[in-house]
Amino acid sequence: MQQQQGNRFFFNVDWITVLIYIALCTIGFVNIYASIYNPDKAGVFDFTSSYGKQLIYVISGLILGLSILLFDGRLFNVFSPFIYGGTLVLLLAVLVIGNKVAGNQAWIAIGSFKLQPAEFAKFGTALLLARYVGSFNPKFRDFKSIAIAALIVGAPLLLIMLQPDTGSALVFLAFMFPLYREGLSGYFLLIFLGMIVLFVADFLVPTWILITIITVIAGLFIYNNRRKQKIIFSTILVTIFAIGYLFLIKVAYEKVLAPHQRSRIELMLGLKTDNRGAGYNVIQSQIAIGSGQVTGRGFLEGTQTKYGYVPEQSTDFIFSTIGEEWGFLGCAVVIGLYSFLLLRLINLAERQRSTFSRVYGYSVACILFFHVFINIGMTIGIIPVIGIPLPLISYGGSSLWSFTILLFIFLKLDSNRMGFF
Amino acid sequence: MDQLFNRKYIVQGLFIVIALILLGKLFYIQIISDAAFVSAESNVLRKIYKYPARGAILDRNGKVIVQNEPVYDLMVTPTEVKAFDTLALAQALEISVDDVRKNLRKARGKSTYQSTPFLKQISVQSYARLQEILYRFPGFRTQDRTIRHYPDSVGGQLFGFVKEVDSADIAKSEGFYRPGDYKGKSGIERSYEDILRGEKGVVNTVYDVHNTPQGSYADGKYDINAVSGERLISGIDMRIQKLGEELMMNKVGAVVAIEPATGEVLAFISSPGYDPNLLVGRSQGNNYMSLIGNPYKPSMVRPIQGRYPPGSSFKPIDALLGLQEGVIDVNTTFNCPGYYMAGNHKVKCEHVDGNISMRRGIARSCNTYFCHVFQKLITRNGMKNQRQTYQDWRDKIAKFGFGEKLDIDLPFEKAGYFYNSDHYDKIYNNRWGYTTVISQAIGQGEITATPLQIANAMAIIANRGYYIKPHLIRAMGDKIKKEYVDKNYVGIDTKHFEPVIDGMQDCVNSPWGTAILSRIPDVVLCGKTGTVQNPHGKNHSVFIGFAPRDNPKIAIAVIVENAGFGSTYAAPIASYMIEKYLKGTVTGSRAAQVEWMKNQNLLPVLKDKTKPVKAITKADSLLIQKADSTKKVKDSLRIRSATIKQSVATKPKPNKTVQLEKPVTEK
Repeated sequence: MQQQQGNRFFFNVDWITVLIYIALCTIGFVNIYASIYNPDKAGVFDFTSSYGKQLIYVISGLILGLSILLFDGRLFNVFSPFIYGGTLVLLLAVLVIGNKVAGNQAWIAIGSFKLQPAEFAKFGTALLLARYVGSFNPKFRDFKSIAIAALIVGAPLLLIMLQPDTGSALVFLAFMFPLYREGLSGYFLLIFLGMIVLFVADFLVPTWILITIITVIAGLFIYNNRRKQKIIFSTILVTIFAIGYLFLIKVAYEKVLAPHQRSRIELMLGLKTDNRGAGYNVIQSQIAIGSGQVTGRGFLEGTQTKYGYVPEQSTDFIFSTIGEEWGFLGCAVVIGLYSFLLLRLINLAERQRSTFSRVYGYSVACILFFHVFINIGMTIGIIPVIGIPLPLISYGGSSLWSFTILLFIFLKLDSNRMGFF
Repeated sequence: MDQLFNRKYIVQGLFIVIALILLGKLFYIQIISDAAFVSAESNVLRKIYKYPARGAILDRNGKVIVQNEPVYDLMVTPTEVKAFDTLALAQALEISVDDVRKNLRKARGKSTYQSTPFLKQISVQSYARLQEILYRFPGFRTQDRTIRHYPDSVGGQLFGFVKEVDSADIAKSEGFYRPGDYKGKSGIERSYEDILRGEKGVVNTVYDVHNTPQGSYADGKYDINAVSGERLISGIDMRIQKLGEELMMNKVGAVVAIEPATGEVLAFISSPGYDPNLLVGRSQGNNYMSLIGNPYKPSMVRPIQGRYPPGSSFKPIDALLGLQEGVIDVNTTFNCPGYYMAGNHKVKCEHVDGNISMRRGIARSCNTYFCHVFQKLITRNGMKNQRQTYQDWRDKIAKFGFGEKLDIDLPFEKAGYFYNSDHYDKIYNNRWGYTTVISQAIGQGEITATPLQIANAMAIIANRGYYIKPHLIRAMGDKIKKEYVDKNYVGIDTKHFEPVIDGMQDCVNSPWGTAILSRIPDVVLCGKTGTVQNPHGKNHSVFIGFAPRDNPKIAIAVIVENAGFGSTYAAPIASYMIEKYLKGTVTGSRAAQVEWMKNQNLLPVLKDKTKPVKAITKADSLLIQKADSTKKVKDSLRIRSATIKQSVATKPKPNKTVQLEKPVTEK
């Protein structure tokens, strides 16, 4: 077995995942074509157009992915600190020599090619985190291991925040899940969830009502556990933090968030409507998706798509094209493919012998999950507008390649799962 | 495997929950709610309306009397407008640079991205100038429309006018009309709006996000072609309509002529008239206001809204009823000492004829004779039953079309007054008799009728006992309304008509008749003059008649307000129109009289002299050019005010001395 495996590069590769990958890329290409389809220039295949470039990206992405399978899987473990270091350098470089586009300094131009280091930082971080967990096998019960993990994730996150690219930075929160799988207390997830709930609630309900509710819940909890001093102590601590957090939100919301981010949040929460201004994107995206109804208007038949009513339609709002032209069925197929991919990745991760591979697999799945959830959620108005691409479908080389690398490294690791390294 | 393995299910569970949340929201916006679908349609779809041409109207001889003229609305889409040469545009449109700026501001106020009217109803000349330079003004386009044109410049009140709908019209039509649509507001244009307006066309055009048209929606599947309005054929004879309006120039009154056999209205004249072309085009608003402000009320449709006592023209009907009820026969005579004593008050007669027969009574318009007839009718069941016999008399007269609307195919018709017994019970506290209401015997007092009702009564006599509802439009395409075929009988036996018509023939054709001067050579005109007492001023001159006696072709009623004797003005006007209708021209020396009549100014002197006279009359309006009508109207008013004051002093005198009927006095 060992011998065979070394000789045959594609042995043991999970081809189902590859097929899903190809399916999603194809869906992406078709819908990018539809998004920028111009009835006046129909019939001419133009390689300088977005869909032409995307075809190049898809083909080169596939080649890139297959060539990753040629590497020895152990190399990724060995080189992970260097890859991580390299992405950090790129993130620093972009702050110095990057191009400023729409307020974000996120791109490094190399000739006509534009590189987005934040995309590559994801797998750099995933690799190093996997190596740390794989090498030291921490159970995240002590402060030190949590701090190290936080440092690995936090460094690129901070650099990305400086660009500033909030969307990409948010994705780094996905690393909580692999850490949770490896032993991080579920309370961290609950706290995180609680922070989101409180954040939203703070906009919709007066603060004093929230404080009352929190206090009552805490009181009941303490009463139930009145003999356990440790729980009483931590509950009181959490309550104090929660109340403090409520006030902090108010300040942070005004001071930290940019005005456009604030208005996006308010629009999502229905606190204001602005169909011509900040809310235009979301409204038009929802109109396009909603008008698709059950079966959609058909390929190249979407009026909102064809006549350019949805801005950014080939990139962040590509899902509106799918929604309009393919309807609910098309959306269900896409969401179904993603769900199947995510669940399969977790299953694949669980069958790994090495912790390194498992942590990496969880990271890949959770990064994809964050992208899919935030992106689709944004196009249908259940999440504020956060500019991150829909994996493998949105137009863009950096994004497609980084997801390809992310995914195919895992496939390589998976094909080597019987090996020990 | 450690216990942490179970955490896999929490992570996978989260994935599934989130996927279901996404699908749930998608299910809602794509399948349950159709709000997005509606918004998507309104995003891309714009309806561009194609306006149909209104139906033309022809007269009875096939002459086009109402037609359409092309005009163009200049539309602007403010967002597409780039800086342009305002002066060049202003010059092409013949408006000031300030107006250009003002209109553009107005259009911007309405909508910045939709095509809104910049200047409405540009003439063909301006349009031609504009077409050459329109490419220099991005964002501007022209839209074809048609407006009305009335080639003969007569029949203002008859045709009515067409105007852009206002918000009330739109609300009332429940969305049928849209801003920018035109609608008939009065006259035939109003009553036949449904037929004339045609069907609006719609072109559904798809627009992209930059508001650039991207072609037809669904390959034009939902587009509708404009359908022109249907053609109407009217019973009007434009030759006599025009002659009549000219004859009535500078006079206040009305003429209605009816073809008795069909009920078709041959002429429908309201004086002072106005050129219907004044109420077309951009100066419509100004001209309308000056018509409204005119003290002679040209906006009033006198043939159906003017309420006049029918006067002596009522007498033949009295005679018919007397014969039908058997209270008189053709040989009955009454003694006329020059007056009739109704109780203790005197009804004067202008002649002393001694014993007078019915035939002569009609010809000489003897008040005494018909007061006797009335007395006999009302008292035939004894003095106690006068209330019932009056009501019976009233109902029988009402069958001639009095006291109720005739339902002519024009809006705003009025009925005229003709009271029931109840009315007098109330006024006289049940103590009344034939002497109280005697003035109605000779068409005076409480009874009033519209000229249309009076003309219709004449058509009944011409038909020897029935009428067909008078109407202006005889056919829409090929359809003739059924109600215009039904004969309405008035309950008088045919045999009673001939003796009455004998008297009416004598009235015009015998030396003792009151209208002998209006005799038409070779045509037996039967008629009856009336000099209607007018409590507000000089008597009204009235004539009713029909011709020829056998197989009558035309029945007519002419009323000239404040003109004195019926024989002086009303009768000649009627005779000229009848002759024109029957022979095609007014013959012999009468042709010169026509010209004389046209030049008579009988406009009453206005009571309030402190007010400046603001009048446009038929005479003026004919001179007024459409293009700069407002200015000319104002100029003509100055001239008019000078002539009106002199008009009373220069009354014409009849050439020969003829026995003329004198006004009736009641007390």
